[in-house]
Amino acid sequence: MGWLSKSLNSSIGKKIVMALTGLSLILFLTVHFINNMFLFFGKDGFDLLVGSLDAVKPLVRVAETALVLLFGFHIFNGIRLWWENRKANPDKYAINAAKENSTFFSRTMPYTGGIILIFLIGHLATLWVKFNFGMEGTHHYYDVVATMFQDLPTAIFYVIVMLVLGFHLNHGFQSAFQTFGWHHKKYTPLVEFIGTAYAVIFAVGFAAIPIYFFIRSMGGN
Amino acid sequence: MKEHNINLTLKIWRQENATAKGYFDEFKTSVSPHASLLEVFDELNNNLEKEGKDPIVFESDCREGICGTCGMVINGRPHGNQTKTATCQLHMRTFKDGETIYIEPFKAKAFPVLKDLMVDRKGLDVIQQAGGYVSFNTGSAPDANAIPISKTAASLALDAAECIGCGACVAACKNSSAMLFVSAKVSQFALLPQGQAERYERVQNMVIAHDESGFGSCTNTYACEAECPKGISVSNIARMNRDYFVSNMKLQK
Repeated sequence: MGWLSKSLNSSIGKKIVMALTGLSLILFLTVHFINNMFLFFGKDGFDLLVGSLDAVKPLVRVAETALVLLFGFHIFNGIRLWWENRKANPDKYAINAAKENSTFFSRTMPYTGGIILIFLIGHLATLWVKFNFGMEGTHHYYDVVATMFQDLPTAIFYVIVMLVLGFHLNHGFQSAFQTFGWHHKKYTPLVEFIGTAYAVIFAVGFAAIPIYFFIRSMGGN
Repeated sequence: MKEHNINLTLKIWRQENATAKGYFDEFKTSVSPHASLLEVFDELNNNLEKEGKDPIVFESDCREGICGTCGMVINGRPHGNQTKTATCQLHMRTFKDGETIYIEPFKAKAFPVLKDLMVDRKGLDVIQQAGGYVSFNTGSAPDANAIPISKTAASLALDAAECIGCGACVAACKNSSAMLFVSAKVSQFALLPQGQAERYERVQNMVIAHDESGFGSCTNTYACEAECPKGISVSNIARMNRDYFVSNMKLQK
């Protein structure tokens, strides 16, 4: 098995891990996104949906274990790449002309990733813990979300992070294809378009949730 | 045809050796717009030598953009702001009168400064020696048309072979990765029948040599492609990634 660790620890191997886990996490985000959109169709639908996930708890736990591994590898490799690449390029130029030759999204991947990691910890510590262990037998998940976003700082934090998530996905999606070696004159523009579309839809859709609930709470409804 | 000289302030990086602290040396010059940047350096050095001072150390050889010897970072961009030109092909007419130009050496941990603007690009040689060749018995020249090669493959291989190994990709990369260089050298053989025998050993060995030489990892910012004086495409990096993946399945070790 020496060859496996050797190749996964090579500079291309680390990219392959980033790309595989990254694309898998995008699949997870898609499911998460569809579930969240039920929030816009009223209390009953959402509570029923989350309640029905409760009924298949063992399956959810298996999926969550897979997610922990995916996030773990993605985060671990991301931090390692960031650290090693910083060491490979310790001296910066007096004049920074990076915007002339690369996109903002591609240059800021470690930083957008870091912000998402901080968010992830907070998100799990609040909503995930509450949904899984703090409901005391009730199924009023919708109310938990609605109450949470009445708080302006929380709502703003969520909106900003979703924008950052969009930045991260905009580069990450097409970058994964390049890493797998799927670069083609005909198809790469399409891949880039899909990646940007995904990023915009996720960022706008997810960010709409805190905005929606905050505005509703203002209206006293 | 007579044109007025332009006045420029040059801020040029001076550094005694890899461990010494560097600084910008300022020169005010009046130069012909037709002069190339390296000719301006020649003139500066003539004056410095006349004054008994240490001339600015920089590398150059062919001065027609084909040897890959010259290379400086001009206003933050390797080989300057013109696309697909080497430093020697950069003319002063691309600058405005009164402009201040910052000139720095290629910066990367794998490219230690030897002196001033000259860096040690040995890392690229190490990569090349690890696999940038084909092995076959020499003899009389083979028939040119004995092996059919499609026009598409031949063109792509020649595009990759255009790489002059100057190191601008490393200098442009925020991670100091040489993957554009490695991928060009891998691709030029991978695309041709003559390169097939060693195809997968080659990509393995060159990637290992790349990593061991202290270059960083590619994170697909594509700054390398934008700054490459020969316009080497990042599609070569994709090809190399693919070959590296396949090599792990194919090779017996």
